[in-house]
Amino acid sequence: MATIEKDSVTGQSTTGHEWDGIKELNTPLPKWWVYVFWATVVWAIGYWIAMPAWPTVNGYTKGVLGYSSRADLDNELALQKAGRAAWLSKIEAAELDAIEKDKDLLRYAMAGGKIAFGENCGACHGTGGVGVAGAYPTLADDEWIWGGTLADIEQTIKFGIRSTHAETRVSEMPKFGADGLLKPEQIAAVSDYVVSMASRAPAKGSPGEAVYVENCAVCHGEDGSGQAALGAPALNNQIWLFKTAKASAKDMVAAQVNAPKHGSMPAWADRLDPTTIKMLAVYVHNLGGGK
Amino acid sequence: MSINTEATPYCDDVIRKFTIAAIFWGVVGFLAGDFIAFQLAFPVLNLDLEWTTFGRLRPLHTSAVIFAFGGNVLFCTSLYIVQRTSRASLFGGEGLATATFWGFQSFIVVAALTYVLGFSQGQEYAEPEWWLDLWLTVVWVMYLIVFAGTIMKRKEPHIYVANWFFFAMILTVAMLHLGNNIAVPAAFFGGSWMKSYNIFGGVQNAMTQWWYGHNAVGFFLTAGFLGIMYYFVPKRAERPVYSYRLSIVHFWALIFLYIWAGPHHLHYTALPDWAQTLGMTFSVMLWMPSWGGMINGLMTLSGAWDKLRTDPVMRFLVSSVAFYGMSTFEGPMMSIKAVNSLSHYTDWGIGHVHSGALGWVAFVSFGAIYYLIPKLYGRKEMYSLKLVGTHFWIATIGIVLYITAMWISGIMQGLMWRAYDNLGFLQYSFIETVEAMKPYYVIRAIGGLLFVAGSLVMVYNVFKTIKGDVADEALSPAASGAR
Repeated sequence: MATIEKDSVTGQSTTGHEWDGIKELNTPLPKWWVYVFWATVVWAIGYWIAMPAWPTVNGYTKGVLGYSSRADLDNELALQKAGRAAWLSKIEAAELDAIEKDKDLLRYAMAGGKIAFGENCGACHGTGGVGVAGAYPTLADDEWIWGGTLADIEQTIKFGIRSTHAETRVSEMPKFGADGLLKPEQIAAVSDYVVSMASRAPAKGSPGEAVYVENCAVCHGEDGSGQAALGAPALNNQIWLFKTAKASAKDMVAAQVNAPKHGSMPAWADRLDPTTIKMLAVYVHNLGGGK
Repeated sequence: MSINTEATPYCDDVIRKFTIAAIFWGVVGFLAGDFIAFQLAFPVLNLDLEWTTFGRLRPLHTSAVIFAFGGNVLFCTSLYIVQRTSRASLFGGEGLATATFWGFQSFIVVAALTYVLGFSQGQEYAEPEWWLDLWLTVVWVMYLIVFAGTIMKRKEPHIYVANWFFFAMILTVAMLHLGNNIAVPAAFFGGSWMKSYNIFGGVQNAMTQWWYGHNAVGFFLTAGFLGIMYYFVPKRAERPVYSYRLSIVHFWALIFLYIWAGPHHLHYTALPDWAQTLGMTFSVMLWMPSWGGMINGLMTLSGAWDKLRTDPVMRFLVSSVAFYGMSTFEGPMMSIKAVNSLSHYTDWGIGHVHSGALGWVAFVSFGAIYYLIPKLYGRKEMYSLKLVGTHFWIATIGIVLYITAMWISGIMQGLMWRAYDNLGFLQYSFIETVEAMKPYYVIRAIGGLLFVAGSLVMVYNVFKTIKGDVADEALSPAASGAR
C-alpha cells in the first residue's frame, strides 16, 4: 500500500498514503504563499509595536504611537464642534424671526434643520414633512393644528403634544357618541354637516348645523376655521388627519365624533439642544406653510 | 419505489437520511432568506403579524441555512467520508448515528418554533434558549462519539486530512457552543423557565458572542466544509491532492489563527483597543492559511482541468473553491480598521457573508450532494447532468446579482453615512440612505429567487435519480467525459 509513485502529470512523487483511492502529492509549499504569509506576520508584529496590542497583568501594551480610539473620537468631535461653533453661537443668540431675516443665518439654519429633521422627525412626518395619511400631519402645507408661527412650532417641538413633559400641549375632544352626549342620528347629521362645510358649501339650516353650533363650534369655530390654541383643527377644508384612503370622509368624521383619536408627539427639549430646536423650527416654518 | 442500493460494508442508511434532510432544509432556508430579502424591499410582506416580522424570520433563515442545511451536509458528508477513508463502518452502528439524526432534526424544528414565537437569547447564531442548548449538546456529543469512535477503529494507518478538519470542527464547535451559552434560567430570579440570562454582560458578552460567532464561520462553515472539499474534489477529479505538506501547514495555521479573529466584529466599539488590534492582525495573518485550502483545491485539478468543461458537478466544486478564495481575501481586508470603518454595519457585510455562504458553502455542498446521491442510491450518475449544469448557471447568476447589489448598496450606504456638507452637517439622514438602497434590495431579492429556483431544479433531479430514471440526453462528448 504505502508505495511512493511518481505522478505523470506533475512529475511530483506521492506520499505513499492512500485513502479510498485518494493519494497525495508531496509538492513543497508554494514559495509565494510562504513569503506572503511571513509578510503578514511581520506586518502584524510591527502593528503590535505601534499600537495598543497585548494584555498584561495590570493593563496592556500601549504601543509607541500612543493611539487611543477614545481620544481619537474626542478629537474628531471637538474638531466638528469647533467648525460649527461660530455659526451655532449666532443662531443661539438670535431671535427666531431675526434668523429668518438674515440670509446667511437662514441658509445655515435650514441646512442644520434639514438633517436634524431627517434624523428625528422624518420617521413620522416623512422626508420633507409630507406626513402620513391617516396618522401624521403634513408639515409642508399651511394647515396647522397647534399653530404655524415660528413660536408655535418651536413650542410644539420643545414640549410635544400629549407628551410626558409637564409643559406639553394638551387638549381632549369629548367622546360624544361613546359617552352618550349625542345620539347616533345626531352624529350622522353633524357628520354630514361637517363634510358639507369641508366642501365650502355648508348645508345651512340642516339638522346637522344645529348640532354643530351647539356642540362643536365652541372649539372648532362657527365657520369651522378651528382654534390653534386648543389644537382644534380646522374643519372647513378637506385636509383630514385621520382619514385613510379606504374610509369615506363622513365615516371618518362620525368615528371621531363617536370616540376621537388624538395624535401625540414626544417632547424634544430633553433630547435636542435649544439651538438645534431653533433650527428645526425655522426649517419646518420654511417647508412651505409657515404663518 | 425500490431503492436499489449497493451493498457496502458501511452504514449508509443514516447517510441517506442526512442527505435528504440537507436538501429539504436547504430549500426551506433559501426560501426563508429570499422572503426576508423581499420584506426589506417591500415591508408590507411583514404581514403585520408578530410571527412573520423580519426580526423573527431572520434568525429562522440564518439558523435554517447554517445549522439545518449546513449541519446536515456536514453530518452526511463527514459520516460518509470517515467510513470510506477509515475503511470502517460507523462506531455505534446505524443506531447511534440515527439517534443523532432524529435528535438534530427535532432540535431544528423546536428551535424554529421558539424563534417564531418570540423566544431568543438575542445572540446572533446562538438564538436558541438554554434548554435547547442542552438538547443540542447531547446531540453533538453523540456525533463526536460516532465520529471519533470510527476514527479509532480505522483500518488505515493514517488519518485522512478531511477528517482532521471534521474533527477540529466538532471539537471547536463544542467548545464555542458551551462557552457562549453559559446562562442561568430566568426562573431563578423570579422569571420564566423559558428564558435565561447570559453569565457575561456588556462588552464581555459581546466579546464572547463574537468569539463564538466568528468561529462558527471559521470552524462550522470553513473547517468543516474544507473537509468536504478535501474528499470530493480529488475523488471527482480523480487526481491526487496537490500538496500533503500544504495541507498540514495550512490546517494548523488556520486552526491556530482563526480562534483569535472574533474581535474584528467589534471595531470602534466599547471593546478595548488592544483586543481590536489582536482581532485585526490575526485576521490578516489568516489570509494565507485560508488560501492554502484554495490552492490545494484548485491545484488538485492539474491534469484534469478539462473536467471543468465537461462535468457540471466538478464545476460546482471548483467554483466553490474560487468563491472561498474570494471571500477569504475580502474578509481579512474588511477586518482592517480603516476599511471596517466604512464597511461595518452596512450591506457590504451581508454581501461578504453571502459570497461565502452561497458561493462557497452551498456550492461545495451541491457538488457533494450530486456526487453522493448516485452513490447512495446505487445509480451510475445523476438523472440528468444537464440539469446539474442548469442549476449551476441559474445559481451562479443569482449569486453574482446578490453580491454585486450588496457591494454597491453597502459602499454607498457607508459613504452616505459619513458624508458631511460644507457647513459641517451630515449630508444624509438615515431614511435617505434607506431610500437609496431600495433598488439594490430588489436586485438582491431577485438574485436570491434565482438561487432558490436552482435548488428546486436540484430537488427534481435528486427525486428522479432516486426513482431510478435516466434522462434521455444525447451523450455528447461533454456528458460522457464526466464519467
